[in-house]
Amino acid sequence: MDLTYTPEEEEFRARLRTWLAGVLPTLPPKPSPHDWPARRAYDLGWQRMLYDAGYAGLHWPVDAGGRGATPTQHLIYLEETEKAGAPYVGANFVGLLHAGPTVASEGSAEQRARWLPPVLRGEEVWCQGFSEPDAGSDLAALRTRAWRDGDDYVVSGSKIWTSHAEVADWCELLVRTAPGARKHRGITWLAMPMDAPGITVRPLRTLAGSTEFAEVFLDEVRVPAANRVGAENDGWRVTMVTLSYERGTAFVGEVVACRRVLSEVAREARKNGRWDDAALRRRLGGLNAEFRALWRLTQWNVSEAQGTGGVPGVGGSVFKLAYSHARQELFDAAAEVLGPDALDLGREWTLDRLSSLSYTIAAGTSQIQRNIVAERILGLPRGR
Amino acid sequence: MDFRLTDDQRALRRGVRALLEGRFGREALRAALDRADGEGAAGGRERADGRLRGDGRVLDRGLWRELGAAGFFALRLPEGGGGAGQGLPEAVLAFEEAGRVLLPGPLIATHLAAGAVAGAATGEAVVTSADGGLVEWLDEADVVLGDVTGAEPLAPLDPLTPVHRLPGAGAARTPDGLLVSLLSAAEQLGSAARTCEIAAQHARTREQFGRPVGAFQAVQHLCADMLVRVETARAAVYAASVTADPADVAAARLLADEAAVRGARDCLQVHGGMGFTWESDVHLHLKRAWTRTHRAGGATRSEEELAEDLVSGAV
Ligand SMILES: Cc1cc2nc3c(=O)[nH]c(=O)nc-3n(C[C@H](O)[C@H](O)[C@H](O)COP(=O)(O)OP(=O)(O)OC[C@H]3O[C@@H](n4cnc5c(N)ncnc54)[C@H](O)[C@@H]3O)c2cc1C
Repeated sequence: MDLTYTPEEEEFRARLRTWLAGVLPTLPPKPSPHDWPARRAYDLGWQRMLYDAGYAGLHWPVDAGGRGATPTQHLIYLEETEKAGAPYVGANFVGLLHAGPTVASEGSAEQRARWLPPVLRGEEVWCQGFSEPDAGSDLAALRTRAWRDGDDYVVSGSKIWTSHAEVADWCELLVRTAPGARKHRGITWLAMPMDAPGITVRPLRTLAGSTEFAEVFLDEVRVPAANRVGAENDGWRVTMVTLSYERGTAFVGEVVACRRVLSEVAREARKNGRWDDAALRRRLGGLNAEFRALWRLTQWNVSEAQGTGGVPGVGGSVFKLAYSHARQELFDAAAEVLGPDALDLGREWTLDRLSSLSYTIAAGTSQIQRNIVAERILGLPRGR
Repeated sequence: MDFRLTDDQRALRRGVRALLEGRFGREALRAALDRADGEGAAGGRERADGRLRGDGRVLDRGLWRELGAAGFFALRLPEGGGGAGQGLPEAVLAFEEAGRVLLPGPLIATHLAAGAVAGAATGEAVVTSADGGLVEWLDEADVVLGDVTGAEPLAPLDPLTPVHRLPGAGAARTPDGLLVSLLSAAEQLGSAARTCEIAAQHARTREQFGRPVGAFQAVQHLCADMLVRVETARAAVYAASVTADPADVAAARLLADEAAVRGARDCLQVHGGMGFTWESDVHLHLKRAWTRTHRAGGATRSEEELAEDLVSGAV
């Protein structure tokens, strides 16, 4: 149980801090959350700065253009960038955290050369076209069809909840290529260019009023067969690789951010008098315990990942269950502190409270995570 | 950084587990329970005076000395001074194992007295200590630390933790409060992990409606949440043992108390009627877990400390 960092790790941290302190003041002003093209430009601009400084794809393997950093260095990176108030990964999320790592581990040399460098350099944005109207938790029930026609697949169907679809260049798309096969067997993973004819993107408004995700309609879209990652009908296995990354380190920076917010909430309570309410004060104390523990759990998971060569384990499900719940509790407590101002959408915490509602749904609902924990960790029989 | 257990730490855990499983398995636990329970169920009211029947001894002094010989109490004393030269992380691992098997006795007070009170390190002496308004194992202790004048016996909720009430509620905090909290949290962690295991085991084997009850999602999700609480608490407890930071300890304590108490309750639920029996061990975990929550100021103090930490620290 060693929580100290090696001299090399501390040096890495110090260099990163120095760089952040120099570069962050030079960033352009944050765009409006509703201006998607501006958000894309901002997020890509930040990625480019990371690239130029040698921090892009830190946790990617060296032969994929990454830095081959250890999970601990990646943890330090996520901690320090968050503490310094650096931009969030934003529109680069799918490219850096799902599609990129999937291509890096499953793609051919040509595919890696084509898709990975633009992600690292902040030139291309990816989105994730997995969920469908009738395939959410039961992802393997997806029905979007693809059939071979010469050197292309022809794809028809529809995707839903596709984050960043409006501004994406590429979509990691799951399609059904063997309609007769058992449902997990007939799925294929394709990289679809978002400017291909036959694609219609219709933004969906979230309960927070913004358009974070979209419906994507596919009408005989031609996708070159060369864009298939993994074998035909082997897409489910390829997908599992992607999902394990999604649940691995995706929330590290957010835990750091939540701890900062919690402190701010407590200070606000001291200012506006709510601090005198012992029940509320104790609730904030309890949340402090939760988030401290979540940070330790992160360090635990990272240490385990270091031991298994970087592949995140089912520990991610345990973490996500605890974290998504704690995040919602945090912003509920913030609302309690705000009192009547909790009804003001102009307050950052009010919007955050709304967006926290998605955490127990996106990337596998809490019920699905509990199924995973019960079956894969506790060895209970498959549920019915 | 490598938060995982070292090989030595794993070996220590294996060693303590083997010792305790051999010397304090289920039969020994039930025998201790029977001793504590005296002559039988009808005695509830008579026992309210707290006096023990028979020879009045529940603690197995032979086992206590074996624990001493194995280094359980002297674990953190320097190697030259008859100790094992280990640190808090190792102590936490040992106490976690004690919590798993519901090992009775003033383990924490004796461990903390090792080196300061004659006989504590070797397990020759049973040492207890006043803690707030309570003192555990007063009648069986050889050495009592703190002021226990006016101590009144309670009919103990946990049959294997006799307690006396001290006058003047919420007496001053013992200087060892931080370590009491940490080691108590370790015991809670062990108990929580154990009830999660027992629940999952029962859910895999007990059948209703033609299938194991663990195939029902309502049961699965109870068990999954138990595990989430255990693993979150584990990270907090282990980290606190490394940093010994008061806020880390308070956090560990809160989460471990919660994991143990709720874990035992959910374990009881998963066992159905069997969970409500004296025969099952589940109630012993719950009662001990409840008892431990009263140590070193309890949840209120931890939450207040953690609240204060939010506004006092540098941003
Ligand atoms: C903000 C946000 C962003 C998203 N971004 C993307 C994206 O970019 N790309 C993408 O592909 N998808 C995305 N999603 C979709 C997300 O993955 C799905 O919403 C999620 O998997 C749940 O599917 P569903 O919405 O169809 O709900 P359903 O699966 O219909 O679930 C409805 C309810 O039933 C429960 N349930 C379902 N099955 C079970 C079961 N077996 N056991 C117990 N309970 C069950 C669920 O827990 C839930 O409470 C996003 C979602 C959100 C909220």
